[in-house]
Amino acid sequence: MLEVRRVTAGYGAFTALWDVSLTVAAGEAVAVVGPNGAGKTTLMRVISGLVPSRGGELVFEGTPLTGRRAHQIVAHGIAHVPEGRRIFPGLTVAENLKMGAFLPPARRAYRQSLERVYGLFPVLAERRAQRAGSLSGGEQQMLAIGRALMSRPKLILLDEPSMGLAPVMVFRLFDLIRRVRAEGYTILVVEQNVRQVLKLVDRAYLLEVGRIRMEGRAELLSEQDFVRKAYMGL
Amino acid sequence: MDPIFLVEAAINGILLGGVLAVLALGLNLIFGVLDIVWIAYVDLVMLAMYAFYFMVQGHGWSVWVAGPATLVVGALLGIAVHLLIISPILTSAPINQLLATGGLLFFLQSFATFLWTTDHRSVRLSLPSVEIGGIFLPFTRVIPFAISILAMLALYLFLRHTYIGTAIRAVSQDRDAMALMGANPQRVYVVTSAVGGAMAGLAATLLSFQYSVHPFFGGQFGPLTFMICVLGGLGNMVGAFVASFVMSEIIAIGGVMFSTEMGYVIAFVVFIVVMFARPGGILARRE
Amino acid sequence: MSGPRLAAALAIAALVGAPFVPMGGMRQYVLHVAIQIFIWAFIGSAWSLMGRFGLVSLGHGAFLGVGAYTTVLLWNHFRLTPWLGGPAGVGLAVLVALVLGYPCFRFRVVGHYFGLVTLAVGEVVRLLIIAERDCTDGSLGLTLKTAGGDSLLAVQFADKRVFYYAALLVWLAGLWIWHRVDRSMARAALEAIGEDETAAASVGIHVTRFKLGITVASAALTAFGGALYAQYITYVNPDTLSGIGVSLKIVFAVVLGGMYSLLGPLIGTALTTALSEGLRIAFGLKFLGMAETIYGVLLIVFIIFLPAGIAGGARRLVGRRVAPVTASPA
Ligand SMILES: Nc1ncnc2c1ncn2[C@@H]1O[C@H](COP(=O)(O)OP(=O)(O)OP(=O)(O)O)[C@@H](O)[C@H]1O
Ligand SMILES: [Mg+2]
Repeated sequence: MLEVRRVTAGYGAFTALWDVSLTVAAGEAVAVVGPNGAGKTTLMRVISGLVPSRGGELVFEGTPLTGRRAHQIVAHGIAHVPEGRRIFPGLTVAENLKMGAFLPPARRAYRQSLERVYGLFPVLAERRAQRAGSLSGGEQQMLAIGRALMSRPKLILLDEPSMGLAPVMVFRLFDLIRRVRAEGYTILVVEQNVRQVLKLVDRAYLLEVGRIRMEGRAELLSEQDFVRKAYMGL
Repeated sequence: MDPIFLVEAAINGILLGGVLAVLALGLNLIFGVLDIVWIAYVDLVMLAMYAFYFMVQGHGWSVWVAGPATLVVGALLGIAVHLLIISPILTSAPINQLLATGGLLFFLQSFATFLWTTDHRSVRLSLPSVEIGGIFLPFTRVIPFAISILAMLALYLFLRHTYIGTAIRAVSQDRDAMALMGANPQRVYVVTSAVGGAMAGLAATLLSFQYSVHPFFGGQFGPLTFMICVLGGLGNMVGAFVASFVMSEIIAIGGVMFSTEMGYVIAFVVFIVVMFARPGGILARRE
Repeated sequence: MSGPRLAAALAIAALVGAPFVPMGGMRQYVLHVAIQIFIWAFIGSAWSLMGRFGLVSLGHGAFLGVGAYTTVLLWNHFRLTPWLGGPAGVGLAVLVALVLGYPCFRFRVVGHYFGLVTLAVGEVVRLLIIAERDCTDGSLGLTLKTAGGDSLLAVQFADKRVFYYAALLVWLAGLWIWHRVDRSMARAALEAIGEDETAAASVGIHVTRFKLGITVASAALTAFGGALYAQYITYVNPDTLSGIGVSLKIVFAVVLGGMYSLLGPLIGTALTTALSEGLRIAFGLKFLGMAETIYGVLLIVFIIFLPAGIAGGARRLVGRRVAPVTASPA
């Protein structure tokens, strides 16, 4: 479904990604793990068009998307839940969700999408008239995911959904992501919480200083000594 | 002093506040989204006032036709300013952005002088006054006030209930995130500038009821408008609305008690003092 | 003597000798333009003392107006010599700077907010001058009463060369002050503040005191420049010496020349002055407003295409050529 081929990207004179290749098949859940500063967020931003790639190709469902801007890529069915949630704090919960359905096709299906999101995250329905900035961290993350679902994407990019959440909340959140997955969405997720995320996904990539170091099925990867020691603290 | 004068001044302050609020909301909308203060905003109003003047006095159009036409002129001016001046410097240092619109201010003032000389021109509208309890309320002030309230209501509904209006508010909170929703930031900027320009066009019509236009008209209301925006909190629409009435009351009452200039001086001093007490504006949320 | 020093010495010698170069009937006019450039470049340097540290003031007209009006009013009404009136104006400007600056820096009024607060101060001064029309003649402006001939006491001279040398000296003094601030400890501190105020405060830099010091210095120099300009032009007007117009023009010249270099304000002032003089001569009174119109357009074009100013742009051009040799990012 998504193919990233030998992508290079960076900021100014600095190169954050070197020749990164990765694929995600339809219906799959894939994780990218790696230490701080590895370039995970950059990779997500390149896929969603927020950071331009300097080399390589990006293909989604057979359509080349290389060089497209963020607002064009959403229209192809890729929704990005950015690092740090980035909800609109001054808008209400309902307005945030409405913005998720900004594009005309999503707008037409607004009612159904809203019902689905409220079904997945009932707490959002309760808080619909509340300012999004006043939600708790976990609720904000649910809102960010719900907002992404409103665009009726095929692929969802999740960047560190568990960041800054209490352990109990992390647990619940992963449960919710599992339910999102069960609805048939394809997911590419970046996580620091390696142990949890490897239980959630089918495959995983290990990214280090801008390069893919390892790739494999989640079960196998979690057995690897290297990964266990370095990222799972075992 | 006869208290009736004070009451009358207070009422005039409210009436002027409505028009000032239109100006302040237009400028603040643009600031909220683009993070740039259009120093030349009220000079665009000046240009639109000339447009209104020529439509009414030159071509004999009815005020009811010329008014909406001026609104459109304002919107087009807003778009032109964005595309020609703001768009190329979106990522420049704030001081450069400020100076570019400052250059526009010099340009508009002198170009207007060149085209139309420094004569004061006014659209002469003879409207009656109503008398309520010994206080005369001229229609040249009541009608603009009523229209400005309606316009702000329309702006509120637009920002609250349309997709693009909500997107404008969303962009002012997080530009990148809104791009991830599929909104082209450039388009949102253009729409914002058009709406801000339309507010300038509307203000031009309303001000034409009471004031004559000349090339340096902007100097009369420009600084005041910035101050209102800052007082209410840059980008904060409700704050700007409230601040408009605070400032116009001070100016109106200070004006009858001392002199017009002293009214402004007091208003500006109040502004400076309030800034020290509440640097984020009178309605700023304490974080 | 090193290269740059020699060049500077030669340039100064040329400037000192300039008034004696035969120029025929043009002399008075050339001197007049040069005097204006030196005075406004001095004022620009004063502004950039603050501006370069992120304290973008849009209200320097306030200090200019206070300095000029105090001097002229004291002379006109009380025959107090500008040698005392000038310092009085400077003192008053310093007072304004303290009253404005202390709360501003104490309560962290920064960025757009600082710019607009200073703009308000500039307007307050302009409006006060207009409002007190009984003693200032309001928006008509005020002419300096003549001392009836050359007078050192009244600082009035018919020969423009006197003002030329005075302006040159003042400008050089301005450069020296700028240079001193540039070299001093205060610069490192203020630069840290410009970059990141909270970080600067946490490493023990007394933010408020540094900002206040630089603001007071800038205000004092600006007021002095205003007083000198008033003595030379012998006429003051609230619209040309305070308020938003002149405040913006100062900022323009500096940014155009390059805010971060010693000669930036001079280059910018020389260019804007030459431009407006040239346009004024070209269009004269025939097309009222045309000269300023073109001036405005050119300013916009400059800002868009030369964002780092002329000095900055030139340095970047040179820098690009030598970059591969000197710079090697880790
Ligand atoms: N806007 C930016 N400008 C310059 N450099 C950046 C920018 N964003 C990230 N970088 C640099 O790019 C590198 C990769 O950053 P990135 O955010 O992609 O890492 P990450 O793997 O997501 O880290 P984390 O786990 O901390 O979120 C880092 O060295 C970072 O300093
Ligand atoms: Mg990251």
